[in-house]
Amino acid sequence: MPARIIQTNNTPFAKVDLDPITLDIVENALRNARDEMDAVLFRTAMSPGIREQHDAFPMIANPQGKMVVGQFGSFFHGFQEGYDGDIEEGDVFLTNDPYSCNGAISHLNDWLTMMPIYVDGRLVAWGAMFGHMTDIGGKVPGSLPTDAAQLFEEGVQIPPVKIYRKGVLNEEILELILRNCRLPEWNRSDFNAIIAALRMAERRVLENCERFGVDQFVTAMDEMLDRNKRAMGAILKQVIPETKQYFEDYIDDDGVGMGPYKVACTLWREGDTAIFDFEGTDPQSISSVNFLLNEEMFKMFLGAFFINMFDPQILFNDGFYDLVVVRIPRGSILKPIRPAALSCRTHMLGRIFDIMSGLLGQGSPDALCAAGFSDSPHFMYSGYDRNGEWYQLYQIGFGGIPGRPAGDGPDGHSLWPAFTNVPNEFLEAYFPLRIVQYETIVDSGGPGLHRGGNGLSMGYQFLEPGNISIHDDRWLTHPWGVNGGLPGARSNKLMVRADGSREWMESKCDRIKVNAGDILYFNTWGGGGWGDPLQRDPEQVALDAQRGLVTAEGARCYGVVLNGDLTLEARGTEDLRRRLAADRGEIKLFDFGGTVEELKARCVQDTQLEPPQAPVFQKWMGRAAAGAVE
Amino acid sequence: MAKDDGELTAWYESQLSGLKRDLDQLEDKLRRPDGGDAPSATSARPPSGRPTSPISNPPSIAPAPTIAPTPTIAPPNIAPPAVTPVVAPTARAPEPSQARTTPPPPAPPPPQPVERPQRRQAAGLGYRLGVDVGGTFTDLLLIDESSGHAFTAKVPSTPEDSAIGVLNGIERICQQAGIGPAEIGQVMHGTTVATNTVLTGSGALVGLITTKGYKQVLQIARSYVPGGLGGWVIFNKRDPLAPLELTIEANERMSALGEVVEPLDEAAMADAIAGLKGSGVEALTVSLINAYANGAHEQRIRAIAEQVMPGIPVSISSEVIPEMYEYERAETTVVNSYIRPVVSTYLESLEAELNRRMNGVQLHILRSDGGLASAEAAKAAPVNMLMSGPAGGVTGAIWIARQAGYENLLTFDMGGTSTDVALIEGGVARTRRETRVADVTVRASSIDVRTVGAGGGSIAYVPELTKALRVGPQSAGAQPGPAAYGQGGEEPTVTDANVVLGYLPSDARLGGEMQLDYASAERAMDKVAKAMDLGLKEAAEGIVNIVNENMFGALRLVSVEQGYDPRDFALVGFGGAGPLHANALGRLMNSWPVLIPPGPGVLCAYGDATTRVRDEASRTFVRRFEETSDGEVRGILEELAELAARTLDSEGVARDEQTTLYQIDLRYAGQGMQLTVDMTPEEFGSGGLAEVGRRFNALHEQLFTFALETGHELYNLRALVQGRESVAKAEALPTGSNDAAAAVYQDASIYVDGRDQPAKIYDRQLLQAGNRIAGPAIVTEMDSTTLILPDHEGEVDAVGNILIRPRG
Repeated sequence: MPARIIQTNNTPFAKVDLDPITLDIVENALRNARDEMDAVLFRTAMSPGIREQHDAFPMIANPQGKMVVGQFGSFFHGFQEGYDGDIEEGDVFLTNDPYSCNGAISHLNDWLTMMPIYVDGRLVAWGAMFGHMTDIGGKVPGSLPTDAAQLFEEGVQIPPVKIYRKGVLNEEILELILRNCRLPEWNRSDFNAIIAALRMAERRVLENCERFGVDQFVTAMDEMLDRNKRAMGAILKQVIPETKQYFEDYIDDDGVGMGPYKVACTLWREGDTAIFDFEGTDPQSISSVNFLLNEEMFKMFLGAFFINMFDPQILFNDGFYDLVVVRIPRGSILKPIRPAALSCRTHMLGRIFDIMSGLLGQGSPDALCAAGFSDSPHFMYSGYDRNGEWYQLYQIGFGGIPGRPAGDGPDGHSLWPAFTNVPNEFLEAYFPLRIVQYETIVDSGGPGLHRGGNGLSMGYQFLEPGNISIHDDRWLTHPWGVNGGLPGARSNKLMVRADGSREWMESKCDRIKVNAGDILYFNTWGGGGWGDPLQRDPEQVALDAQRGLVTAEGARCYGVVLNGDLTLEARGTEDLRRRLAADRGEIKLFDFGGTVEELKARCVQDTQLEPPQAPVFQKWMGRAAAGAVE
Repeated sequence: MAKDDGELTAWYESQLSGLKRDLDQLEDKLRRPDGGDAPSATSARPPSGRPTSPISNPPSIAPAPTIAPTPTIAPPNIAPPAVTPVVAPTARAPEPSQARTTPPPPAPPPPQPVERPQRRQAAGLGYRLGVDVGGTFTDLLLIDESSGHAFTAKVPSTPEDSAIGVLNGIERICQQAGIGPAEIGQVMHGTTVATNTVLTGSGALVGLITTKGYKQVLQIARSYVPGGLGGWVIFNKRDPLAPLELTIEANERMSALGEVVEPLDEAAMADAIAGLKGSGVEALTVSLINAYANGAHEQRIRAIAEQVMPGIPVSISSEVIPEMYEYERAETTVVNSYIRPVVSTYLESLEAELNRRMNGVQLHILRSDGGLASAEAAKAAPVNMLMSGPAGGVTGAIWIARQAGYENLLTFDMGGTSTDVALIEGGVARTRRETRVADVTVRASSIDVRTVGAGGGSIAYVPELTKALRVGPQSAGAQPGPAAYGQGGEEPTVTDANVVLGYLPSDARLGGEMQLDYASAERAMDKVAKAMDLGLKEAAEGIVNIVNENMFGALRLVSVEQGYDPRDFALVGFGGAGPLHANALGRLMNSWPVLIPPGPGVLCAYGDATTRVRDEASRTFVRRFEETSDGEVRGILEELAELAARTLDSEGVARDEQTTLYQIDLRYAGQGMQLTVDMTPEEFGSGGLAEVGRRFNALHEQLFTFALETGHELYNLRALVQGRESVAKAEALPTGSNDAAAAVYQDASIYVDGRDQPAKIYDRQLLQAGNRIAGPAIVTEMDSTTLILPDHEGEVDAVGNILIRPRG
């Protein structure tokens, strides 16, 4: 039974005739409000994950729950469908259970708060914010066990609860939750910060209602949604062909030795409606790499991608959702069934962006981006220091942005909005480690007319015994290049023990013991190249080499020959380019660096690691499995 | 009062202002050195001079970093390569004078030149001169310190060498005052030379030296991609200001506690530096990991560099900004190197010219934070001068508003391409420890000025897809300028909207040669009107409303969003276009009165001339309260105060004229930002850390709606020492009656609040104190035009400000 919204004033909002200028002004005011929510959160949160890396997302929605400003939004529909209870003024809801809100959030670490905003007894808007908690209990520090078989291993589950009921904090529930977390003070203060951000949203909405009038404000939100729908409708029609496009990509393994897992998607348009059909996607995993993908969330990704590519002036909101249909087979790795584990969904979540690039670009290759840093790898380090105090670090990794029509991909950056690295001096001051290397990996960006960004090498030297976890991907499959661009280099992790011995680490692993003096080189992957590398200005390639971003050997992939001092050798370059152009044959739209079978066959040689076994799917996991197993 | 935190970084700011920031950046790129301030072409400050954007908190930069320091707190300048004092963060050092500022015994904030000749007694009575160099005019203000009487002069600027204009002005003003130039004891100068160097990319070629493994510290930066979800699709990153190919690494390592983990390999360092010879490097920066905790290796490398590459200035991070966060520290130090040669050359030539005419005159430069620095300090740490230009406007506004009896102000400075706003509480501008110019962000104190890409030249357009009316951030700049300037501009700008609405009468006596071309403005406006299906004047009013809304957003950012109620503040409107829009913003903000000071150029000169000599010293001191004591903290603050006081001594400011303020940056243990609590030495003496904690809690609650039980952690300690205030008084107007009729020179019709209304046009020159002007009305003067809205009334005060309030 869906939620009941209680209002003391049930007068419907009057649709008013709004002049376009007022509409623009309300739009500005709401954009400002959303920015303020971020500002308050980042400044008052305590976990480095939120306050430094910004793993948190605000939104403001209309009374029906459609996101008007924000990103990563659109939880309300799923939540209201699943919540059997009353929604009243002063309530604030908290949940971290993806299965209770149809995947509006996708693992237990993300705490989602939602607040109905009332004016004179009527619901006028929703504010919401979710943020990634560093720890929520479960079987490993950081609560992201790479080998979890069920959700129960991944920490405390919070179905949607009224953490504030009519304005009063339910302290007992909060304490119960915090008792299950390893770093309760971080959770508590991050929770406070999130609530402060919601209060900010509430205050701004109330001010706007007072300034413009409630009916005007509600009408304006509707108009903003319409405006987006009109603009997106025009783009969808221009960009998405009626003929079917197909693309598939992979995550490499599941943390328990199987993989890769395939995501397949077919795209076409029928009239005004774009259809994304994920038929052919692998069934859900027995491990924790499942990604419960909310259809509305996918639409939002799509909207963000389109808007940035075609007209960044369009206000980003839910208005266009009616124009897109998303079909995801139940029981697949994108629509797993409870209690499938979800914690390590970050790889699949990131890979969705590569899928989107690959699908949309086929219709318009000039706008096609290469495969990029479609992930946010995690690193965790925890233990008791020499004073007996518990330390626990959770860190997000950065890598190469792909080559794009707009230019080279930046080195060592992020695809995720607002993410920033944690300064190494901060890490060294507050955790028992030293960062001995922090630079991008030479030659790891895919060569192209526009070079893919380099991956990042971060050398963690541990100063205390402890445990680490690694969460990464793209160690087997390549970040692909497009339009003649070559693939970027894959990731790897090298542990150099204090005694000098070396170990290549699995891409996903937990509870790896480290001792003082051991160094882990966490090497992320580069972005794919865009366009023909033989067309890149050879002087630019020489400069890249002088900057240490490309080696003399790597320059040869561009057909560029360098002298000993890394200056350009013009004649040799001309010859080499001619030869390479003649030898390579036709330029490919996509360069994957080999088929999965080929990559597996030379896996040990390339990566020092055994190739993953073909995934085994268990029957209880759902009916979709049968059809998809090869 | 307490200030915004100093821990902000580029990413934070961008979150805070979200889209606004990206717009600012765009706007900055579009900015040109000679861009005109609309609506009149005669604005006193070139937009190029306006900085760009937000900034942050208080200072951390000590006086004159690279000039042979006389170390007072810190280890000797060139320390032995290894073995530096190591104090664990939890250990309490016994004596407040050596390395007691752990976690790191920080590198010494460095002192003043030792043998600097004592020049004329600054505090003595005599004449002081404020000089503001704008794109069109150079404004001067001469103050007779014995009587407080002021003289003003306006001469054309000389962009090819602004010193010429300055000297012409000096001649003029001395004639007016009937004195010889030699009688001027001090020249106060707000300069945009540092800003322009960054904006035009004309700085030095900088070589960078980092710790091994960190060569790409600027290349990676904070890994931030702006633009929200999917923003990576269009984001292109600028190259670092210190090219990666000219970045070399040092084999050395400090720990976070300032212990030497690996000694500096001096021979390899010397070789590596020698490898930069012949590369054309004009300045060097050294920024090593954890150098905020111990600067010994940086100092040693500087000594080596000075031997290997003599004559190349070296900036080291432990002196320029001894604070944690390797990227921000490196970037700030590199920017310092980047602008240093240009700033030095300019100041040296100006100083030499001044000295030829007025032997021994003291030249002071306005710092970004609104204080004055000696020319020596400015040359050594020019990164502190990036916002010198707008600081002049804000300090001028503070001063002139005080003459009118207002000390709580929102300043609103609208020019051709952008608008700067700031909040002043109790006559003190908020400052932040971040300065941003275009897409360059550094850790240096500036007045907390927020910039939006909205100005008279902002272009209005209606995107095909959304049919929404957008204004800016693209600007018509000075060339071609608004359509109404008749220089070939065809796009509709805010100025054109003002012309169409009748707010800028085409026959108004605008400065310079400018003739407004009404027909062109209408033609341009027609584009928007057609696209929106609105009448010409409706469309024009829409543009004005939208641009006002953008600026309203910026004003909210500095007021409401910081927990201030705008109704407690007067709004001061200046800049070429500010007085046209100020009344409307006062109405949006509910901030009264709206105060329109006379002439925007003069205002900046007032700012330059009336601010106080200032210096500060700071140090990172990360400690939980329970790990330190009132006595220890007081000891450090007193030392820092002494260090800053000596700078003022050398400027000739007597100790009894110096006032000291402590600034303490702190946070809840575990937070990443800090807030700044200000206290006088007396307040700290009586209240100690307990009082600091109380004030922090109150501030946290004001800003973020909640306070925590969590313990406090100190971060930076800072002492700020200022000279006395100027005794200058503003020139008084003759007093008249409340009838302003004598100043009317024309009747007109303007379109306002959705209809045509009759209005009178006044000549500001003819207004007298006590005159009252009923809106709708327009008041014109040489370099700006004021709009008074219907149902509002302007009152002329004793010093020529127009105070606008709602009628009745």
